[in-house]
This record gives sequence, structure tokens and C-alpha cells, in this order.
Amino acid sequence: MKILLENVTKIFPGRGKGAKEVRAVDKFNFEIPDGKLIGLLGPSGCGKSTTLNLLSGLLQPTEGKIFFGEDEVTNLPAEHRGVGLVFQNYALYPHLTVLQNITFPLENLKGDAKLTKEERVKRATEAAKLVQIENLMDRKPGELSGGQQQRVAIARALVKMPKVLLLDEPLSNLDARLRLQTREEIRRIQKETGITTIFVTHDQEEAMSISDMIVVMKDGLVHQIGKPQEVYDNPTNLFVAKFLGTPPINVFAGRIQNGALYVGEDKLFDVSADAKPGDVYVGIRPEGFVLQADGPLHCSLSRVEVMGRDMSVVAGHPAFLDASIRAIIASENLAEISGDAVNFDVKPGKVLVFDKETEERMYI
Amino acid sequence: MEKNNLKAWLYLLPAILFLGVFMVYPLIDVFVYSFEEGYNSASQTFFGIGTYNYSYVLRDPYFLQALKNTFILVIITVPLSTGIALLISLGLSSIQKVREWYQTIFFLPYVTNTLAVGLVFMILFKKTPYSDGLMNLLLGLFGVSPIDFMDGPYWAKMFVLCFYTVWVVMPFKILILTSALASVNEDYYKAAKVDGTSAFRTFGRITLPMISPMLFYLIITGFIGAFKAYSDAVALFGTNLNAAEMNTIVGYIYDMLYGNSGGYPSYASAAAIILFVIVLTITCINLLLSKKYVHY
Repeated sequence: MKILLENVTKIFPGRGKGAKEVRAVDKFNFEIPDGKLIGLLGPSGCGKSTTLNLLSGLLQPTEGKIFFGEDEVTNLPAEHRGVGLVFQNYALYPHLTVLQNITFPLENLKGDAKLTKEERVKRATEAAKLVQIENLMDRKPGELSGGQQQRVAIARALVKMPKVLLLDEPLSNLDARLRLQTREEIRRIQKETGITTIFVTHDQEEAMSISDMIVVMKDGLVHQIGKPQEVYDNPTNLFVAKFLGTPPINVFAGRIQNGALYVGEDKLFDVSADAKPGDVYVGIRPEGFVLQADGPLHCSLSRVEVMGRDMSVVAGHPAFLDASIRAIIASENLAEISGDAVNFDVKPGKVLVFDKETEERMYI
Repeated sequence: MEKNNLKAWLYLLPAILFLGVFMVYPLIDVFVYSFEEGYNSASQTFFGIGTYNYSYVLRDPYFLQALKNTFILVIITVPLSTGIALLISLGLSSIQKVREWYQTIFFLPYVTNTLAVGLVFMILFKKTPYSDGLMNLLLGLFGVSPIDFMDGPYWAKMFVLCFYTVWVVMPFKILILTSALASVNEDYYKAAKVDGTSAFRTFGRITLPMISPMLFYLIITGFIGAFKAYSDAVALFGTNLNAAEMNTIVGYIYDMLYGNSGGYPSYASAAAIILFVIVLTITCINLLLSKKYVHY
């Protein structure tokens, strides 16, 4: 089912005297296509969880409308929306077994939808099979590992066959290895069920790796919506560029002068004649560096970190704005690096220029 | 290892000494007294050893009256006070604005002196030649003829005692239950809401099991407290409880030791041991039941 958000705004009143009201979500417009996996991405406090709660119906928007398919659900309470919600801490009922947890939503069904006990167990078993926990049905949540609890929570959300599945930071309580595995799992389950799924995360790698589309938010504002690769390649502003990618983008103070792009005193390349001259931020993705003895970017070499497949050259530059530059270079070039200086050429496609004032992207 | 053991005992010595002298020894002593027939604490003499004390106590109409009173008190006040406390706590946790204000009011009886409150209750219920008392005034509005609560029929006196006991034990229960309710993670309720759970089912399937350890604690301590009731009855009916038919087991023990009929430590000990056995049995039953109904 497709979901439409129209100018959705949520304002929380300020706490205490004279406290300012908080715009947790500001004019969110988005049409979520049917059957896709959407990642809501942003730093803590950006309003992504609030957005999820607005979708679930646990919160009502201050302004704007929400549609599920053709039906407006803006003021429909959570219990009538038919969404499945997986909490960050899973919120499994500790006194019930896995089976009882999964059948819990089914026991609430009334009228025509009411199920017999056999049907409930059957449905629960199907959901459990989908997340591969059918052999744990008699355990209590306290006897399960984090990953297993996560699966139970997903099974509980799926068992009532929701039209929309919402996941709040689904992987944040898992260790690194389990996180990789579980995100694949979420992707697989979403593909198998075809349920429109929205998940919230602050981990860009997580969002990029499994989402059909990502929504990057900050301070309640949506900064960019798009396919992960598109957003990575073409961020609309400096925040989005910095937020996506590990290692993060390298940002330099630069300027456009005489029809060319400069980083400090180093001239990187010529730009089109109608590019506005002035100070800019120059962002270079770690994979945008090329080792070249007579390259235009003159850096001091700090160290080289070898990681097998490729290596990370840690360097410094007077115009660089953070602690140290990280360039990812293929390992076979290891021999070419020595001494205390290194010169790079850059791949123009991996160089992003942002306005100094607005931090908006400049297309040069 | 040996040396360490010695050290450990040395460290434990003060506690063992104090507990031994002031707790374990008296306990054993009471047990011993209860089998010594005609024990006289002044001359430290007794006639013989046997179970006569028990048979005397168990046949004493005053003891049987006290036993009956205590059981009625326990059976009525423990479920009633816990239930009402739960309702009030639920109400408290669902309001936002004047909650702390209400909490203070509900907690006031806990910090108020039992005897003073007893006096107030007596005035509320007492019927004198000059006035029928506030309670009778209220009942009169519904066309009920005045009842002598303090000196009248047995059930009226028992009603006052139960009413008073419930009122006195409630604050502590409310305090415990409000904090227990507050400690239930909000996410469980949210999850239940998203799944369309009715308020009634949410309470029965989520809230109640989640606070069951605290509820259980209150029931156990409530039982023990009610079995040991005494000061409440004194506050309402004075020290001559036998005459008022309102004696409790602890009251009986006290009377046997120091009351007008006092000077019988053997009977008092036997009654104390009987009380101990009753409380122990009830607590064991509670513990067994808790295995089934309490979720930790």
C-alpha cells in the first residue's frame, strides 16, 4: 500500500516557562510507493522517530495529512490503522512465551476477523517460520538472544498481516556481526511479504545497504529523498554529503577563482565559465583521490593504514577543515607512497562543491 | 582456608551475638515456655511439661473469639485494601496534573499516629446520648435508623474495625503500587495499543502480570500485618477488648501477659506459637500460589 504524507508537521510544546516549542517534524511531504523498503535516516533528534510515531498513530500530527492508499488516516488512532510496529527495545511481553507474544495481536481481533485458537497458532507458526524462530516458541523472551528477540518482535508485527511495517532503530541493540546478518534478514522478509516497510536508523550504512529509498532528515526537516546511490552521489547540501559515507567525505575550504576550483593554493581543475566566483566548501569522497606524483593536491603524509583489499591514506592539508584527510586507494599502489608528502589527483565526479553561506550544493 | 573461616566467624560475631541474644534465644524460650505448665516468671518455677497450655488456650472462649476476629479481619481487609489501593493507584497513574497533590493526601494516614486516628474514627462512629455521630447522621440521610457502632452489635463493631484497618494500611499499598505502575515500560502499552488491545485486556494481560511481584509482596505483608493486628482494635475499643468482643490474637497474648487476667506467660507463649504456625502456613500457601501467578 502506498503512503502519502502531506505537509505533515509535529510541534511539541516547550517544557517549562518560556521554553520554545519544538518542531520535531516540519512540513514532511513524501509519497511512499507500494511495497518498498524506506530508510528514515538522520542524527539523533532529527525527528525520524517522531515521523514513525506519526505513521503508527501513536502521535497525531499538528498539521498536515497522512493517507494510507486512498484513505485518510490522519486522526485514526493507532489501534485502527493496522500497522505493525517493531520497537527499538522490542517491547516483548516478558511474562509471555514467544508463541503467546506472537499470538497476542491476533487475540485482539473482534467480530468477523475473530480467529479460533488453532487458527491463531497456525498464523503465529507461519510468521515464526518466516523469521526462522519456529523452534523457540515455548521460550520466554528473557531466554532469547538479542537477535532472536528481534525476530520475535518482527514476527509479532507481521502476524496480523499489516499493510505497513514500521521498524524503530531495528538493529541498534545488536552486535556488529548480527547487525549485518539481521539487516539482510529484514530485506529478505520485506521482499517475501511485499509489505511497505519504513525503518528508522541513524546508521547511514544500514540505511544505504538495504533501502529502496532513503530519507535524510535533520532538525525536523527533510533534506533529501532518493535512491541510496543517488543521494550519495548527488547530495543536495553539505549536511547530506557529510552524513552519508564511511569514511566520511573530506571537506576543504576552497574557492572558485579565474574559472578554476582551488583548494588552498592548489588548483584542482577548471570549472565552467559561469560558475560564481567566491569561497566554497569542497568535499572530496575518500574514493575520489588518485595517487599521482605530479597531482595538483599537495598533502603532507601522516600514515598509511592497510586494510587488505584497499588502503587508507591519512594525510593533512592546510585548507582541510577536520583533523585528517582519509583517501581510499587500491592496495597495489602501496609502493608508490613514501616520505612525508603525497600528491593526489582527484576524480571530478567525486568532488562536490557547496556554497559557503547556504551550504547548498553548487553544480559547476 | 581454616584461618579465613576463623576470620569470617569473627566478622560475623557481633551480628550473631545480637541476633542470638535478642532474637533466637527469645524465640526458643517462647517455644519452651509454651510447654511448661504453670510457669511463674517471678519464681521461675513450673509444675510439669506437657501440652496442657495449648489445650487450655484452644478451649478458652476468649481465644476462640480472638481467633475468629483475627480471621475475619484478615479475610476482609487484605483483599479489600489491596484491591482499592490498586484502583486508586491506577487512577493516580492515569492523571497528570494534580497527581502529586493527590499522592500526598493518600499518603497522609501513613504518617499519622494510629491512636489519634482511632480517636477520630471513634468520634465519627460513636453514638452518645447527645449525638448519633457523624456516620449515623450520614446514614440517616438514606433513612437508616442510628446504629451503635462502638458498643452495639458485633457486626457493627467489626465493620468499624475493618473500615479503620483498610484505611490505615492503604497509603503504603498505594505508594508501592503507584511506583510499580510507573516502572512498567511505556513501550509495552504502545505495543499493545498498536495491536488494538482493549484497555481491559491491556490491564489483565500486561499491567497486572508486570506488577504481580509487587502485588504479591503487598498481599504477603498484608496477611502478616493483619494477623498481628492489635493497636487498631485498642485505638477504637480501648484496652478491655475481651469485653468488647473485639480482641485479636496478639491482643489475647498481651492480655495473658499483662492484662487484668495477666500473669500467665505459659498461655501467652502457647497462643504466640499458635499464631506463628498460622502465619507460617498462610505464608507458605501464598508462596506456593505465587509460583503460578507471579511473573518475575
